[in-house]
Amino acid sequence: MTEIISPPRRLRKGRPDWLRGPALIGVIGIVAWLLVALTVPLWSPFDPLESVGARLQGPSWSHLMGTDQLGRDVFTRTLWGARTSLPVAAVVIISSVVIGTVIGAIAGYFGGWIDAVLMRFVDITMAFPPILLAMAITASLGPGIRNALIAMVLVWWPIYARLLRAQVIAVKQREYVESAEAIGVKRFTILRRYVLPMAYTPVLVNATMDFGQVVLLTASLSFIGLGARPPSPEWGAMITEGATQFYSWWIATAPGLAILMVVLAFNYLGDALRDSFDVKAGV
Amino acid sequence: MPFLLFGIASVVFLVSRLTPGDPLITIVGERNLNNPEIVGAAKARWGLDQSVVQQYFKYMKNLLHGDMGTSFTTRQGVVHDLWQRLPATLELTFLALLGGVTVGIGLGVLAARHRNKFIDHIARFFALLGSSLPAFWAGLLLLYVFYARLGWLPGPGRIDPRGVAPDKVTGFYTIDSLLQGDLSLFKDSVMHLILPATVLGWGVVGIVSRLVRAALLDEFSIDYVRVARAMGLRERTVVNTHALRNALLPTITIVAFTFAFLLTGAVLTETVFSWPGVGSYAVDASRNLDYPAIIGVTLLGGTAFLMTNLFSDIAYAFADPRIRLS
Repeated sequence: MTEIISPPRRLRKGRPDWLRGPALIGVIGIVAWLLVALTVPLWSPFDPLESVGARLQGPSWSHLMGTDQLGRDVFTRTLWGARTSLPVAAVVIISSVVIGTVIGAIAGYFGGWIDAVLMRFVDITMAFPPILLAMAITASLGPGIRNALIAMVLVWWPIYARLLRAQVIAVKQREYVESAEAIGVKRFTILRRYVLPMAYTPVLVNATMDFGQVVLLTASLSFIGLGARPPSPEWGAMITEGATQFYSWWIATAPGLAILMVVLAFNYLGDALRDSFDVKAGV
Repeated sequence: MPFLLFGIASVVFLVSRLTPGDPLITIVGERNLNNPEIVGAAKARWGLDQSVVQQYFKYMKNLLHGDMGTSFTTRQGVVHDLWQRLPATLELTFLALLGGVTVGIGLGVLAARHRNKFIDHIARFFALLGSSLPAFWAGLLLLYVFYARLGWLPGPGRIDPRGVAPDKVTGFYTIDSLLQGDLSLFKDSVMHLILPATVLGWGVVGIVSRLVRAALLDEFSIDYVRVARAMGLRERTVVNTHALRNALLPTITIVAFTFAFLLTGAVLTETVFSWPGVGSYAVDASRNLDYPAIIGVTLLGGTAFLMTNLFSDIAYAFADPRIRLS
């Protein structure tokens, strides 16, 4: 898929023009959850791993979202869940962007057999529905949040490699790159200083949009039992616990709402960035 | 294509064999792991005593003969298992796709016609919700409300647990029960489909309605639409018979993407609704480290994904003469 390259924007002072309406709500939501993740140990109402009252209590003023089958406070656990989901998603996205950038840039800029080999590998990985491949890899590595993270990186980086490769191929045909080559600038220097800065916007925009999807995938893997393991307060794993206590609806409700909020926030922000930078979705 | 299929099979095989997870635990149970006799026999029985390379060539050879090996847990051929479970997934997926695309197009048209009005915002929020909701959570909530609380719809499974499945003709319970002339069984299976299909279809609504809205807005700015409007055609005619036809073209390309989404959704939805399909098979397999089954399911998913990609390319060329001629 060819990408439209947006002209560089002049840096203006004040609020950028995409930061309005839904995007602003998205940013507020993201910042709020980030603050929760960073600071919750300081003001956490209860201990997320200890029983703090009677089991399976419904929501009340002392336990906003009730207690679970072990008498732990569901609201507290949901807040602590951000400390798993957000860092995991951040690591997955950042690692995938880095790996994808390196591979995609090399493939796109040098072309030839390097490109052919790397892209065949990308094709194969992208031929799978992400969750199936992630499940297979996690199952083989052994269930656990760290292995789920590794699996997600392995599944995710090809998206960015393919995206960046297309951009690099488009940019490297510009005259200024040709001139740089003509005056004998080293190829890696050209790639790093002249090509990449013009090519990375779609990757960043897509990475923002994907953040929510990775949060969702993390929770899904945990829900299946391949990610975070029970006592740890992770949203997907908490929903599994809620499923076993089917009639105590509040156990699953809070973590589900948390996932929904984070995913919606990133979707709103990603959509606004995509429209503003005129980037097509990378799938 | 053949290269990709071969690559897919190789990748999954290697992923499953080069890693520390020990399938022997599944086969002989943790208690017998210290008994060298049992372990040795199990290894020989499942071909685990050979080197990875040997296992790989054997697996590939069998695969070419349509044999994916034997599941560690069900002790049946993986192909047999998948064949058994495929109809359940297809029935659910078809219904979700059909409903999702229908509602999605409707919602997209509605949103485009009332661009930036209240209806548009509502429609877009509803669509975005579909792609942001964790399917497993939505399934649980719907079950709680409509089954446990209100009692309007039945619980998990394909039919009432006391009921008898219809004789297998197509494997679609709705069709098979009709073929048997059993109307109450038909109604039962339809009722069981409603909730999981809603959960699964909602995401499709999100994808399709977004695309239709954007495509329709693009069409609105093209001259022929302006001409049609200037001629005084009713807005409904302009949209439904002129603009929508062209706007639906790109929707075809999204089918492949939607399908991937459905597969993902099927894994989670089937787990919540105890739906005996391929998705829940995949989940059981990965929980039990049942390698042959994991490989089989992943292979099936990858192949299906490739096929839909190919299909959507062909369908697009078929629907748009411009592509065929160029």
